Amino acid sequence: MEFFLQNVINALQWGSFYALIALGYSMVYSILMLFNFTHGDIFMTGAYIGFGVATALLILTASLALPGWLLLIVTIIISMILTSFLGIIVERVGYRPLRDAPRASAAITGLMIGIILETGNLAVLGAQRLSFPALIETVTYDLGGVYFTNKKILIVGVSLLMMLMLHAFIRKSRWGMAMRAMSYDYQVVPLMGVSLNIIAPMTFAIGSALAAAAGILYGMAYPVLDPYMGILLGWKSFVAAILGGRGSILGAALAGFMLGFIEIFTAMIFPSTFRDLIAYSIILLILTFRPYGFFGQPYSTQLRL
Amino acid sequence: MSGRSFMITHAKSIYGSVPLIGWLVGMLLAVLTESFFGNTLAYALYLPKVPALFGLTIVLKQPSLFPATVFYVLLIYCLPIFAVAGLTATWANRFAAAMEKLPLWFSAIIHIGVLYLVLHLWTDLSDYRLQISKLTMIAVMLTLSINVINGYMGEFSCSHPGFMALGAYASSTFSLALFHQDRLFGTPLLPEFLGPYMFPMGLLLGGAAASLGAMVVAIPSFRTRGDYLAIISLAFMFIVKSVLENLEVVGGARGMGGQPHWATLPAVFIGMTVCIGVINNFVNSTMGKALNAVRDNEAAAEAMTVNTRRTKMTAFMFGAFWAGVAGGFYAHELRYINPSSFGIQMLAEILAMVYFGGLNSVVGSVVGALSIQMLSEALRPLELFKWIIIPLLLILVMIFRPTGLIAFREFNIRKTFGPKVLKKRI
Repeated sequence: MEFFLQNVINALQWGSFYALIALGYSMVYSILMLFNFTHGDIFMTGAYIGFGVATALLILTASLALPGWLLLIVTIIISMILTSFLGIIVERVGYRPLRDAPRASAAITGLMIGIILETGNLAVLGAQRLSFPALIETVTYDLGGVYFTNKKILIVGVSLLMMLMLHAFIRKSRWGMAMRAMSYDYQVVPLMGVSLNIIAPMTFAIGSALAAAAGILYGMAYPVLDPYMGILLGWKSFVAAILGGRGSILGAALAGFMLGFIEIFTAMIFPSTFRDLIAYSIILLILTFRPYGFFGQPYSTQLRL
Repeated sequence: MSGRSFMITHAKSIYGSVPLIGWLVGMLLAVLTESFFGNTLAYALYLPKVPALFGLTIVLKQPSLFPATVFYVLLIYCLPIFAVAGLTATWANRFAAAMEKLPLWFSAIIHIGVLYLVLHLWTDLSDYRLQISKLTMIAVMLTLSINVINGYMGEFSCSHPGFMALGAYASSTFSLALFHQDRLFGTPLLPEFLGPYMFPMGLLLGGAAASLGAMVVAIPSFRTRGDYLAIISLAFMFIVKSVLENLEVVGGARGMGGQPHWATLPAVFIGMTVCIGVINNFVNSTMGKALNAVRDNEAAAEAMTVNTRRTKMTAFMFGAFWAGVAGGFYAHELRYINPSSFGIQMLAEILAMVYFGGLNSVVGSVVGALSIQMLSEALRPLELFKWIIIPLLLILVMIFRPTGLIAFREFNIRKTFGPKVLKKRI
């Protein structure tokens, strides 16, 4: 039982990374019907920006001896803002010129921008792996045989908070309403006075900010950064975004957590080399019998060739 | 008329009417010149050795050798090719016109034979050229096979590395278990001298294995398409990789090595020509048109009596078959495979090649594979920055020509081999 609960906590932590990244995919998808394949690498860049900001803050405020949690909050906020600019640039360079092109072409552009980000990172920072500065002390709690650290609580808590804030933003604010309108039809809604050239960059910016938050949280949990860390996590979150249903925010978050649970529990029951095999077989089965995801609308799309 | 445009018109009037066979003979002469005088000329020009890829690599590695290299390329390649092509244009046209009256296979054999001779002589001079040519031809096969699914049928399939891995493992198992001594399967069951003759069987087996795997992707494609199918194919790729990592029989994560060296230049060349011919015939057949119909509007295609299920199934299995064959060649060329080489990295490369060259076009695929392979070899001295320049180039291509450089063009073999008559422009 303790073992089970322990894995539930691990799965919650692992799933919150997937969920946060999948949200970015899902938001862009719901508005532009395009997948932002750069997203995994934006997550990676976000983690590196977080590393830079945290290191700079530690050096600048060394004499003040500020508490760690304050530094962490400031780091997350600054990195989210900086990374959202990256998202806006990606939209401007890679996606706006291709808005009317076949969707696969935009996917290729996204992939290529991702490769440029990875290689650029490697060229600028070199091949050595950086370790994320530990801003807060790790405290381990023991609850009847189940061990968890304050970092795990923080990661799950912060990601849930981000999702709630996003939900509130999309449901309650005027901008959120514009985004929801845009996701119905991005060709007609601009006629009502909502500019696609504002909403689309905004979507990218919000998605990238969430990815940056995920990157910093990831850096706290697994403090080794390398330029290729975004690839696998990004693709898997993409799977989660699809599994959740076409452009459904709630679905993406749920599917992200579900993917985390599937992966952790397969590793618990079977040898860990079987993790991908079983996780993807389950996904294949789900999509074979429910081809439009959990919350998606069943209608067929075609490549606009 | 200014002097410059006069020159251009003049060149067009000469070289516009050179048929393919004229260019091929010119190339043959060029490589002959190189094999006889290449080394001498390279020493005379103080080049360390014969420039391997038309001097593309030297330019970035040692810029001081640039003038000598340009001179070498002009003298060895450009001069013979253009001189022969220009001077023999009339004769070549007559020959091509005579061949046009004979059956198509005759002129095909002549053209392909000359092309093979050119390639053979060219790769004879350095092992580097040989390796690059073989890998490029394998890439051509791969690009063509993914074009059947992504271009002609319009699905965004990400499963190609998986198909390729299935083919590579199946054919490697075939040749290692039956004909070659190695650490996984021990003593071979059959004598080794039979091996090279049975190699086509192994490739077919690889293709068949990939086709069987493709059914896993094809059956869900009856119910869904677009993004969900992309995920299904991606999941398939991860599953194949994971299965191979866990199968200790075929080496597990350590991979499988020591395949016999059967992917020789003639073998790969024959594989590629057969692949181009068969795929070109396939996409021009009724089934190929059915693929386009399914891509453009599935419901309308169904109404026009196209059996969409059979069409999708055929396209997936056919594309996967050639990917499997290419995988078999790949395994026997590199003589070592492991599951992690068939991952996201390879997917990005294959997608780059097909979208660079052009969707829905056989010529586009050949051009795409050729140019991305050559570019990545030529930019090798730049090391890391290679992976900034190639993606940038691809982004530009996507922005200005969203379906690729040479998209939606039919490849008419008879016309390509036939004589060229210059249209008079007034």
